[in-house]
Amino acid sequence: MNAPFPPRAKKRLKIATATLGGCFGCHMSLLDMDERFLDLAKLVDFDRSPLTDLKHCGPCDIGLIEGAVCNAENVHVLREFRAQCRTLIAVGACAINGGLPAQRNPLDLSDLMRKVYCDRVDDTAQIPDDPELPLMLDKVYPIHEIVRIDYLIPGCPPSADALWKFLTDLIEGRTPRLDYAHFRFD
Amino acid sequence: MSEILAQFMLDGHRIAFEPGQTILQAALAAGIYIPHLCAHPEFTPHGSCKLCTVMVNGRNGSACTIKAMPGQDVLSDNPDLNSRRRTLLQMLFAEGNHFCPGCEKSGNCQLQALAYDLEMFDPHFAQFFPAREADGTHPEAFLDFNRCIMCELCVRASRDVDGKNVFAIAGRGRDTHIIVNSPSGKLGDSAFSIHDKAAQVCPVGAILPKEVGFVRPIGERLYDHDTIAEVALREEAGARSGEVT
Amino acid sequence: MASIDSALEPILARYGREPSALLQILRDAQEACDWISPTVRAEVARALDIPATQIDCLTRFYAHLYDEPRGRYRVLFSDNITDRMADAPALMARMLEQFGLEPGEVSPDGLLSIATTSCTGMCDQGPALLVNNRAVTRMTPERIDAISALIRARAPLDDWPSHFFEVHDNIRRADILLGATCASGEAIRAALARGRDGMFAEMKKSNLRGRGGAGFTTAVKWEACRDAPGEARFVICNADEGEPGTFKDRVLLQSYAGRVFEGMAIAGYVTGANKGFLYLRGEYSYLRAPLEAKLAEMRRENLLGDAICGDAGFSFDIMIHMGAGAYICGEETALIESLEGKAGKPRIRPPFPATYGYLGQPTVVNNVETLCKATEIAIQGGAFYAGQGTQQSTGTKILSVSGDCERPGLYEYPFGVSIAQVLEDCGAEDAFAVQIGGAAGNCLAPHEFDRCIAFEDVPTAGAFMVFGQGRDMFETALNFANFFEHESCGFCTPCRVGTAIVARMMNKIDAGHGARYELNELNRLDVLLRTSSHCGLGQSATMALRDMMQKFAPAFERRLSLKDFEPGFDLDAALAEARALTGRDDEAAHLGADS
Repeated sequence: MNAPFPPRAKKRLKIATATLGGCFGCHMSLLDMDERFLDLAKLVDFDRSPLTDLKHCGPCDIGLIEGAVCNAENVHVLREFRAQCRTLIAVGACAINGGLPAQRNPLDLSDLMRKVYCDRVDDTAQIPDDPELPLMLDKVYPIHEIVRIDYLIPGCPPSADALWKFLTDLIEGRTPRLDYAHFRFD
Repeated sequence: MSEILAQFMLDGHRIAFEPGQTILQAALAAGIYIPHLCAHPEFTPHGSCKLCTVMVNGRNGSACTIKAMPGQDVLSDNPDLNSRRRTLLQMLFAEGNHFCPGCEKSGNCQLQALAYDLEMFDPHFAQFFPAREADGTHPEAFLDFNRCIMCELCVRASRDVDGKNVFAIAGRGRDTHIIVNSPSGKLGDSAFSIHDKAAQVCPVGAILPKEVGFVRPIGERLYDHDTIAEVALREEAGARSGEVT
Repeated sequence: MASIDSALEPILARYGREPSALLQILRDAQEACDWISPTVRAEVARALDIPATQIDCLTRFYAHLYDEPRGRYRVLFSDNITDRMADAPALMARMLEQFGLEPGEVSPDGLLSIATTSCTGMCDQGPALLVNNRAVTRMTPERIDAISALIRARAPLDDWPSHFFEVHDNIRRADILLGATCASGEAIRAALARGRDGMFAEMKKSNLRGRGGAGFTTAVKWEACRDAPGEARFVICNADEGEPGTFKDRVLLQSYAGRVFEGMAIAGYVTGANKGFLYLRGEYSYLRAPLEAKLAEMRRENLLGDAICGDAGFSFDIMIHMGAGAYICGEETALIESLEGKAGKPRIRPPFPATYGYLGQPTVVNNVETLCKATEIAIQGGAFYAGQGTQQSTGTKILSVSGDCERPGLYEYPFGVSIAQVLEDCGAEDAFAVQIGGAAGNCLAPHEFDRCIAFEDVPTAGAFMVFGQGRDMFETALNFANFFEHESCGFCTPCRVGTAIVARMMNKIDAGHGARYELNELNRLDVLLRTSSHCGLGQSATMALRDMMQKFAPAFERRLSLKDFEPGFDLDAALAEARALTGRDDEAAHLGADS
């Protein structure tokens, strides 16, 4: 007979969050959970996140990504999250289908950059070439087109209630669902 | 001798129908919703969106085009069919540019409401990001083909009700697109008017009246509290009792 | 623009300014003017008193109509998998290089454009191409060079060496249809001798089933049309032979046209129709003139026209209608829409054409081969006919054999012949796979070669493409996926979007970015397309793909990435434009592979 598995200690889950090309609105919604945020903090620890100001992500159970993939840096952050997070979740319209940033997709990138940086009165204007700045991708992509994604929370932003419901479902081991009132694309 | 009863079975419910009714029409009249987008009570069935796909005696078919017949055994509301419908919705979302937060139709949009109802979390497929045009040349209405789902309701309304043929569908495959019948190809110099039937039938935000955007605040929009099923059945009941909805 | 007016006037007059002839008018106008220019568009709309958008609906639907200039010589390489296996891509690359062009690009001097088109039905004598709708067969590098020189010299097509345009019959095995000689008018006279009811009774007895693939009983169709209420009845011969790998109708029309037309007349006789249409695919334009000549001859012989063979009650005549590059028009209701001058989009069925067809009238739509079969039945009777083949699949069937075999061409067998027998006869005993029924058919592996060609086992409209040892079946699946994306009419969601997604995923796998994820998705899409599409195109668009994923799995698996998911595009290339704009090339200006 095989030896039984040793009983597993209930461990606290680790969560990381990041914003790619987005407005931080989804993170604001997270804060909108108000006192429930304290309840959440009892269940989980936060790794990399604007809330902790940690710059890199260690191994995590849940990663929440807000925003679309607009530039090279977004790709690096997203890859780090995918590599470190057991479960990766796209949060909000931009992460899910490109959202507002993707509205540039029908436009030509060079026209866009010239308009922004060069069409000015001062004639020294040029497209910045500082290596510190991340380069723009030809198009804005939803995050599921760059890495594999496990779950998605729709909304622009998802309400605090929706985030709370989704995360508690996940933490407690239920497949997350949203009721009609919290199922929103706007 | 007994007459054949004008009844069929829908998900185990006995549904009575009037001769000539389609399965969709009979189901709505009986208070049962079958998801649909391109079907409209005032127009001849089209059968293109395929959201209303049901199983009739074990075969797949569109509830909006199949005539109700005695003894049919119809399946509609089950996990398999709903999962197929969800995939069809995802295809429509991935094919066009549907940016709900920036759309005046949000909250009143049938495509969006159906996605809520069928719990479609995301468009799933890689976005097509087609380069489609918006046309603001008409004084009373916007055209934004980014949101068009090719249901051809505007084509049918303009042709069959308004008698104007303002819209037509051209192209083939994923290049299918609506075109406007006017010298410039723009709505502004077409025969279109905001009072046309064609101005009122778009299920999504491809044809929008100007100057009334966001007039109903969030929380008071058509589908904010009621599902598309509830709204459709209420409208159906209203139409049947002759009320003005 | 007097020249355009003078070019259009005879065309408009020929079709009586009938809006229902719009497709024919546009085809002829393009022949005269090279493309449907805004002037042509406006003139035709005005002359026919139709909205100009109605013209756009056609020019943007039919692949061989152009609303922008495509050059004086429009070269289209047939892109079926059999053409590809015979090196068509290398030949096309050679020609592109000679003119310094990209596929689809028009040369700056407006001389020519070079692109691909769906299977042109010359698979047994490929690789093939079309120049301004004329078929050129058996392409070789030398022939490419010769054509390039002719184009540079601006030589009219009529001055090109005639053997370039030769199309061979390649009949390898003849049975009762291909082997019989039958005097002109013999079948019509035999049918008249039997009488309308007598002829119909023979049709019933024969248990003839449609040769277009679906296998519907012909007599039932004819009966439904005959008995349906209507002001007029029509017989349509479906010669829109677009299924990749099928070319038997082309041979029947080239060398057995009398049988085809007599079959149509017999259908008219039985159903009470007095007008017939031959819907000929645009790729077979070269057949039009000989077919018109044949019709004229039959009219002279009183086999068409009024009081045929002296029977005062029997009038029937036939018009030829040309397609313009749309596979979907092989679907009978799409064909009828096209015949009415519209985009070929399948109608809702029911009602079926037998009761509600052309112009809403009872209409019989039969395949070319089916109508030839009706002549056999007229001459020899239904009982004789039913004695051949199998019980459920009576008579003989013509197969269009192509691909990796020694003797490609037509093979006529009684139904029930085994795949192995056909392979032996065509010289392909060592076959790796056989694709039966075209791109919309089934792919069989060697362990299934004992199966039989019959409606009850392996049904087919006739395509029989052989793949030899060493072939990569993924290439075939990819070719079919691109084909269906191109040919979907766009009417229903699952087919319009689904075929596009399937093609994207297949190209992603081909580029080495696919993972197991994509294979799972393809299986899921197969179910959706099969169960939810509006017509046979969507319902069968993933049939071969499913077979190939199942039976030739390694061809797919060996292309998969080691990762569980990769983007469907090159991320580093997606930064290229920004790199160019900023002049940067530092490390941070690149995105390497995910590790």
